[in-house]
Amino acid sequence: MSVPADLKYTTDHEWIKQEGDSVTVGITDHAQQQLGDVVFVELPEVGATLTKGATFGTVESVKAVSDLFAPVSGTVTAVNSALADGPDAVNSDPYGKAWMVKLKPNKPDELKALMNAADYEKSL
Amino acid sequence: MTDMRRTPLYEVQKEQGGKFVPFAGYEMAVTFSGLMSEHAAVRERVGMFDVSHMGELIMEGPQALDALQAIVTNDVSKLVDGKAQYTVMCVDNGGIIDDLIVYREQVDRYFICINASRREADFQHIRQHAARFRCKVSDVSESYAQIALQGPKAAAVLCSVTAASVQDMPAFTWADLQVAGISKVRVARTGYTGEHGYELYCAAGQADALWRALFEAGQPQGIAVCGLGARDTLRLEMKYPLYGNDIDLEHNPIEAGLGWVVKLQKGEFVGRAALQAIKTEGPKRALVGFTMEGRGIPRQGYPIAVDGKVVGMVTSGTHSPTLGAPIGVGYVPAALGKQGTALQIVIRDKHVAAKVAATPFVNKSPKIREAEKQ
Repeated sequence: MSVPADLKYTTDHEWIKQEGDSVTVGITDHAQQQLGDVVFVELPEVGATLTKGATFGTVESVKAVSDLFAPVSGTVTAVNSALADGPDAVNSDPYGKAWMVKLKPNKPDELKALMNAADYEKSL
Repeated sequence: MTDMRRTPLYEVQKEQGGKFVPFAGYEMAVTFSGLMSEHAAVRERVGMFDVSHMGELIMEGPQALDALQAIVTNDVSKLVDGKAQYTVMCVDNGGIIDDLIVYREQVDRYFICINASRREADFQHIRQHAARFRCKVSDVSESYAQIALQGPKAAAVLCSVTAASVQDMPAFTWADLQVAGISKVRVARTGYTGEHGYELYCAAGQADALWRALFEAGQPQGIAVCGLGARDTLRLEMKYPLYGNDIDLEHNPIEAGLGWVVKLQKGEFVGRAALQAIKTEGPKRALVGFTMEGRGIPRQGYPIAVDGKVVGMVTSGTHSPTLGAPIGVGYVPAALGKQGTALQIVIRDKHVAAKVAATPFVNKSPKIREAEKQ
């Protein structure tokens, strides 16, 4: 079970990487293990506005549909289109190749409410 | 899951890394190494499944055949000792109470395999309709475990642990054989995957030993232990119905594409008049298979639309590991059941293009399909 120390986390098993005034979002190793073989990822369009806690897409395994929840509010600046043809990257590289969206957060306080790695790991 | 039941194969499957979920009141393994690899193993080599949750009944007595004939839709009189038959049973209005397999032991004794989720309903239904015949029905489910061995190498695996020439068994035949030193294993040439294979019934107390023996015997063939997840993707690729999804009390066998197990001429049975009327007038709906033209995976419960108007519903859907693409089945108005008909599947408010497809979705040997239609 991998929980990189340099990332932040949500109770919905998403990870967040802060890079300047941009954040990158994906789902955790725990989440991909729970899902099983991922076969489909649906992501928003660039420019979409996300609200913290609202669904912004879905990740589907063979058997199940799982919503993706926005960890913070903001505007989508990039979407990982490689996941359309290669959804299995979510299983093999959830923190790297399977990043899902990049956001420009518009409520910086929300970033403080995210869990650190130790707290996320404890919650599992 | 403390009030869940466990089959006799729970411990060994836990050892083998099974991930368990509740199903029909049992803790069942949904996967071991992953759905995609388990599914591929069955299509390419051989897989083994615990299906001990299924129910087993015995119907016996001087009028056992008459009773069964009055209850199931297929013609049980066509069976001989050592043969089996797939059928459904209906209620008076033609709704399906279950799909099942009847194995004839003798003219006055039958072994019946029913769905786990329908055990109580089936037993009551059969008891009620058999009451006027000189026969007895017993629920023997607790005495049996069941293991499915499926795939092109299944025969090779089974041959290595039994003296009988099981590779030559025709589909829908069965025999009680000694397998892996276990004296009475009911070996049936049946399955729910579309591959050549067997379903083995043994005494509950022998199940662990039989499982381990088959697993060992399967190593040279690259056997995979498989769970309910792969069982579902395999059967859906073949458009085999799943009770509770594709067939239920709200649907009749004619519209479900199971008219071939309804033998209206064999004599009176529960639901016959209703099914005759449906056959004469033509069913209003049809269970069709479809593939996706747009991006999205169809799932049970998603509406089916045509020209923006909802006309039906998806009853089963998944990502097909063999096709590498989504597949689904669902009910549409009968007139829209033609191959190639354009449909839309409503996936989270989006109307995604789909098309009625030929089924089964994967190309199985015509011999396997013909044998099933005895």
